[in-house]
Formats: sequence, C-alpha cells, structure tokens
Amino acid sequence: MIQLTINGKAQQVDVAPDTPLLWVLRDSLQMTGTKYGCGQGLCGACTVHVDGEPVRACSTPVSDVVGRRIATIEAVDGERVGQVVQEAWRKLDVVQCGYCQSGQIMSAVALLSQNRQPTDADIDNAMSGNLCRCATYVRIRAAIHEAAEALA
Amino acid sequence: MSGIIIENLSRRRFLQGSAGLTLGFCLPAVATAAAGKLGAAAAVNAEINAFLQIGTDNSVTVMSKHLEMGQGTYTGLATILADELDADWAQVRVEGAAADAKRYNNTFWGPAQGTGGSTAMANSWEQMRKAGASGRAMLVSAAARRWQVGATEIVVRDGIVSHAGSGRKASFGELALDAANETVPTEVKLKDPKDFRLIGKQAKRKDSAAKTNGTAQFTQDVFLPGMLVAVVAHPPQFGATVKSFDASKAKAVKGVVDVVQIPQGVAVLASDTWSAKKGRDALSVTWDDSKAFKLGSDEILAKYKEMAKKPGLVAKQTGDTAKTFAGAAKVVSASFDFPYLAHAAMEPMNCVVHLKADGCEVWNGEQFQTVDQGRVAALFGLKPEQVKLNMLYAGGSFGRRACTQSDYVLEAAHIVKAINGKAPVKLVWLREDDMRGGYYRPMFHHALEAALDGSGQLVGWRHRLVGQSIITGSPFEAMLVKDGIDHVSVEGASNLPYAIPNLLVDLHTPTDIGVPVLWWRSVGSSHTAYSTEVFLDEVAAAMGKDPVALRLELLTGHPKHAGVLKLAADKANWGTPLKATAGERRGRGVAVHESFSSFVAQVAEVTVKKDGSIKVDRIICAVDCGTAINPDNIRSQVEGGVGFALSAALHGEITLKAGQVEQGNFDGYAPIRINEMPVVEVHIVPSGAAPTGIGEPGVPPLAPAVANAIAAATGKFLHRMPFNTAELVA
Repeated sequence: MIQLTINGKAQQVDVAPDTPLLWVLRDSLQMTGTKYGCGQGLCGACTVHVDGEPVRACSTPVSDVVGRRIATIEAVDGERVGQVVQEAWRKLDVVQCGYCQSGQIMSAVALLSQNRQPTDADIDNAMSGNLCRCATYVRIRAAIHEAAEALA
Repeated sequence: MSGIIIENLSRRRFLQGSAGLTLGFCLPAVATAAAGKLGAAAAVNAEINAFLQIGTDNSVTVMSKHLEMGQGTYTGLATILADELDADWAQVRVEGAAADAKRYNNTFWGPAQGTGGSTAMANSWEQMRKAGASGRAMLVSAAARRWQVGATEIVVRDGIVSHAGSGRKASFGELALDAANETVPTEVKLKDPKDFRLIGKQAKRKDSAAKTNGTAQFTQDVFLPGMLVAVVAHPPQFGATVKSFDASKAKAVKGVVDVVQIPQGVAVLASDTWSAKKGRDALSVTWDDSKAFKLGSDEILAKYKEMAKKPGLVAKQTGDTAKTFAGAAKVVSASFDFPYLAHAAMEPMNCVVHLKADGCEVWNGEQFQTVDQGRVAALFGLKPEQVKLNMLYAGGSFGRRACTQSDYVLEAAHIVKAINGKAPVKLVWLREDDMRGGYYRPMFHHALEAALDGSGQLVGWRHRLVGQSIITGSPFEAMLVKDGIDHVSVEGASNLPYAIPNLLVDLHTPTDIGVPVLWWRSVGSSHTAYSTEVFLDEVAAAMGKDPVALRLELLTGHPKHAGVLKLAADKANWGTPLKATAGERRGRGVAVHESFSSFVAQVAEVTVKKDGSIKVDRIICAVDCGTAINPDNIRSQVEGGVGFALSAALHGEITLKAGQVEQGNFDGYAPIRINEMPVVEVHIVPSGAAPTGIGEPGVPPLAPAVANAIAAATGKFLHRMPFNTAELVA
C-alpha cells in the first residue's frame, strides 16, 4: 500500500511503485480531471502540482510523491489564485475541446502563484510545455493577463 | 415557409391516442441527482420535441444531434433554439442526443447522422429555429388555456411567459407539463432577425464550466463496473497481420486479465491502463508482412512526380488551354509537395463497448453515428437500433473520429467479441498508437502552370494533382466520386474563383498506396488553397502586379471573395511599409479561399531571421460565414484554425520509411506551442444570409498567406509543406 496526500486528503493505493501518478489518479482513484495525452511529459495535459510546483503526472512514478502535497484540477478552486484563473478562463471562453485545459489551468495557477505580473515572455516560458491542438493560445495568454489583473 | 415537421409527431399522436403521459417524460441524470441530494421530489423533463425538453425545475435542455469536439456546436445549436424559444440563456443546458438517424440525421447528408464538413450550424439552422419556435408556441398555448386568455395577448421573454391584461406570469418550468400536452403546431412563425436576442450576440459557451474544473466527461473518463482496459499491439506496417504471438510474459504482468488476437493485432486486457500497457510491452508478436505496404515517403513522392508527367482525369475544363499555352508569351510554373498529416487530437482515439443480453452500448466522442452503429451492429449480429451510442465530448477530432471505416470503434468491438462479451472494455490508444494509426490527410503532389499573353494578361491556368482518394470505398462514394474524380481531392482547385479564360484541372488518383487516408480539418482545401494562392502570388510577381490588386481584378464574378479580401487588406493597412529591425526581413502576404460555403481572407505579417527561422507575428482575418450565430465563437474557431494550420506549415509531417511511420509522439510530430502563436485579429462581415461553416474555413488561407509574406520578405516562394527554412538563410 502506498500512502499519498492528494488535495489535502490522505489516500491509500495498491499499485506498483513505478506506476505513474497519472494512472493512480485516473484509474485507482477515478479522479479523471487530469488527462492522458502523450505519456512522455511532452504535452502537459497531465499537469498537477507537487508541493506547489507544476509536474507532469504521466512521467512521475508514484513512489516519488509519497509524503508530498499533490494538488489536482479537482481542488484548484480551493485557493484564490485557482478561482481567479478559472473565472478568467470562463469569462474569455478560452476552451474549445477542453481536453488539455486542466493541464493549462494547473500550469497557469503555478505561474501566477509565483509571479503576479507575468510578461508575455514569462507566459511563453511557463506555458510552452502545455500543448493545445485546438490552439486556444491567444485566449490562454489573454486569460492569464486577465487573472493577473484580478489578483493585483 | 414550409410546414414544420417536429420529429416527435408520431409520439404525440401515440400519446393523444393513449392518454398516458409517461412516454413524454424522462428523468435527467442531473435532476435526479440533485433531487436525491435535496430529498425533494425529482424534477421531470417534459419532452416538447426531439430537440427540446423543459424541466419542472425550469431547466431548458437542448438535445444536440452533433458532436461537441471543441468547435462550439453545443453552444451554437442551443443559441438558435433558445432565441426562438425566448428562453433565458442561464436556464439552457445541452445534452448529446442518442444515435437515431430518423430524428437526428444531418439534413445535408440524407438519412445519416453525423458531424462534419462544417455543416452543424448550416444543416440545423431552420430545424433548430423551428424547434424553438414550436416550443414557444406550445408554452403560449398552455398559458392561454390555463389563464383563459387569447394566445396573441401573451408575451414570452427571457424564460417568462406573461399576460399584461391579467398580470399573470409563469416560468417555463411551471408550464412544462401542460406545454408537452399541447398540440404540436404544424406551422410556426419564425422571428424577424432584428428581434434576435441571442443570435449574433454574446451567448457564453455552455461547456466552459465543466471544461475548467475537470468534470467534463470524455470517453477516456468512462468507468463501468467490471470494465477492462485494452491496449493493443498494432502491426508496424499498414496491411501486416499477426503471424504468431507469445503472451506468457504479458500474462505474468500483475493486473493483466487476458490477451486476445483480433483482426487489428493483439489486445492485452487488464484491470487498469498502466497494467495493460506493461502487458503489451511484454508481449512478443511475430508479424506477417507479406501483404504489408512497404514504400517510404520519398518513394511515394517520386512515383507521384512521375505520374504528374502525364495527363490525368479532367476535373474542370474551360476554354482551350493547349492552344493558350502554345501561344503564350510567358509561362510560369511551379510544383508543390504536401506530406501525410496526422490529426493528433489531444485525446487519443478510444472507445468503450459493453455487450449485453439485448444489445450493445457504446461510449465514444461519436462523430459518425449511423456508420458506426451499422458496423458495430453487423459485427455482433444485432439490428442497428440495438446499438446504443452515447455521444460524449471529444478531446478534439479534426475529422479523425468520423472515420469512414469506423476503425477504432470496430477495434473495440472486436476485442469485446474476442472475449465473448464477458466484460465491458475501454480501448485506449496510447499516443504512439494514435500517431501511427493511419487515416492521415493524404500526401499530394501538385504541378501548376500559368500562361501570360503578349500584353502580360493571365490567360491560362493548368493545375494537375496527384494523391489518394479519401472518399473511394467510403459510404460517401456515390455522392462525392463522379467519373473517377473524388470531389474532395480537387475542391479548392476545380472551383478556382479567378476569371481566367482557359483553365484545366486534372487528377491522378493512385490506388496502390496502402496508407489509410481521411479528411483532416478543411480536407482538400488543406492543400489546394496553398498551391493556388502561393502560385497566384508567383504569377503576380511575374506580371509585376500587387497581389491584392491582381486578385481583385480576377474576382469580378465573386463578390464574397472580394469582400473578405478587401476587408482583411484594409484592416491590415495593406500597402503601407512594415517596420523591420536590422538583420531581420519582414513581409506581408495575403490569401483568400472559399471552403464549406464560407469565405476567409487572411493577411500575415512575418519576420524572417538571418538563419532562416520564421516568426509569424500577426494574422488579420476577414470572414463571411453568413449569419454570425455566435460571433465570439467564430473568432475562437478562426484563431484556432490559424494555430492548427500554422502547425502544419511549420512542422507537420508524417513520413514513412519502408512502410513504417517514423513519428510516434509530440517530439517528432510537433503542433505549435504558445510561443509560436501569432496575434490574431478576426473581422466578421455582417450578413443576413443563412449561416455556413466556421470549424474548418479558418484553416486553408493561413499557410499560403504566411508563405506569401515570406516571399515578400525574401523573394523566395516555398514549394513544400512543412516549410524548409534552410531555403531562407540570408
């Protein structure tokens, strides 16, 4: 049994230690907001926070996150930055197919938690690990600026 | 106006004859759950017609016959219906309709239900308006009966039905049950467009909340009791089959339950995805490649270039090109190459199939109901109506989920058949399965020639295309292949809008290339817009003419092309100089293209650095897609279309070596990332015409506009996609 802390709650899972955190979240716990896109840390659809840092859950073995704080899209509205980012996403209707957007939002929340006034270059740096095949990038950028203003 | 036929007429007649109301109501899952939580009586949804349910909880549920794959269909269809219904937008929600070609066929496709060709709004426009207006009339009749007042004295606005004379008011929810019992009107009056309150305004997306908090349900998110996850070992080449396999190591993986052979390969079934993947990786398969396709991309291209030397089947002919070219003062020529392209939707293909005693249930980002339903039914020996299709959100598609051969849906069904239906199965394609799974935008080779006469006028145009047919062998063959010409191979080329007196478009369709091909967002226009619009700029250069001026001269018979072209050029300050910093070359380029009855012009502003690398700075778009149902969604689709097309222009390429696909993931096949996304401006031409498509038409003009901007900056026209930036080194 592996002990984890996810969204502030203790969880026990019976999986092999090399199982990626992504599949623990999705298949063991049926927390399906975190998405599978590539399995190699190339697309960012699986982005979660570990101790506040954005991490690709598809290439993070579950044994690496024992004893650390894991946060997912399901609890992102539990803190102000997360709420503000979600509101900005909804105000600007950022989403299209939506499959990558959990990961986009987790990356954006991590960015704004550390940098309240990101420049376009900061956004490029923080968000270029998150692919969006619908190319909602124009609105992602605008929504991050919108959220930064709301947080100021 | 033609008489309205609301799809539930038979049900209504049945109800009127049987005095029972039960059939008219269904319990929506959401309402049931909410009622359970509150301990209150469950809300019921009254079915007003096939597209509309009104709940006693005052909810308005619009049933969408079309897939929501990002293009905004759920919001668009609901906007149309809710406007005619005079609902309050906040009370409106959307559900995916069941597969039922009798009620939910695509009215442009005859008796088939499906989503594609940017037809969702266009084919539903009248239907959804009438469904909304009919619902409104039934609410009014119910109120008139209840209040004993004249129907014409009743006003409906923002979800409230009221009668000024008596001061009475009711919500839709309060009238729902009575309204469902009213006679369905055979004719309804539709609104004057000046009275629209949602159409053309800012109706917010209905899927934004669920797609920003992780609750939106995709196929990948389906879990059923006892469900197994299947990951499949697919052959390394198209057409190869299983010769033998050893499952002993796979079966030793914890969590693996079964290993079965299917026509598509060998499926490993496990309790969870990771175990299934580990099992597949441990599997040992020997493939029989005796019937496999074994050519590489270079060999295919060489073959196409050879074919292009001879005349093909004539797709379009006006005037006498042979005579024109023989007498030409100057001939301009160029050829263009286009690779295979994967759709690479963010959600790799997947499907859940559950075989039951009395039928089969499927969960899928379902884009092609009638075809998939028929194929699954045939495999299991069921009637189509015994196959229930649950249409979930699709994590992108770009055409891939409307597979003419139902490939991945059938693969899931074959696995269930191989285990005798003992468990529901979720087939999961890993990214590599998706990237290498075929059904690509076909490779194409184009050769173009233009003839100028002694006075420098453009008098002849020859365009030869070589590439596989998408439609041949599909259910659309009878409709779209005529005299050997696949319409979608030449669309955008055979309907060239320019007034050129002598025109010849011909086509070679190789039939011995074993790579499965499919429509890819904008289909034929994904390559024909490039070759025609870049080549026209080459001709303009040879004529010494400005690209916008030449197009306007040649577009005399096509005012909508000219309209968007003028608007885009105007908004982009065409003709004014672009500032460039030292060491950088900058240019502006334009393209205009009609696809799916919509017209889009784009002006690109591009910076080319000394090392040849490209930065696309800004795209100014002008769009004419008829009535703008949701202007913000039109902007969103065009922004996304720009990014999707730019991925193909800069990076997109699926290549084969000895029949094996060389790319497997987003490192080898790289969609653009946020740092490569240009600023996009979208201008919409005001129109009162019926709406046309917008999911695809933003794609075609982008690559030629960018290439023409590069040529303006460097003097170099690029003749292949993706661009070879080595040609641009200063």
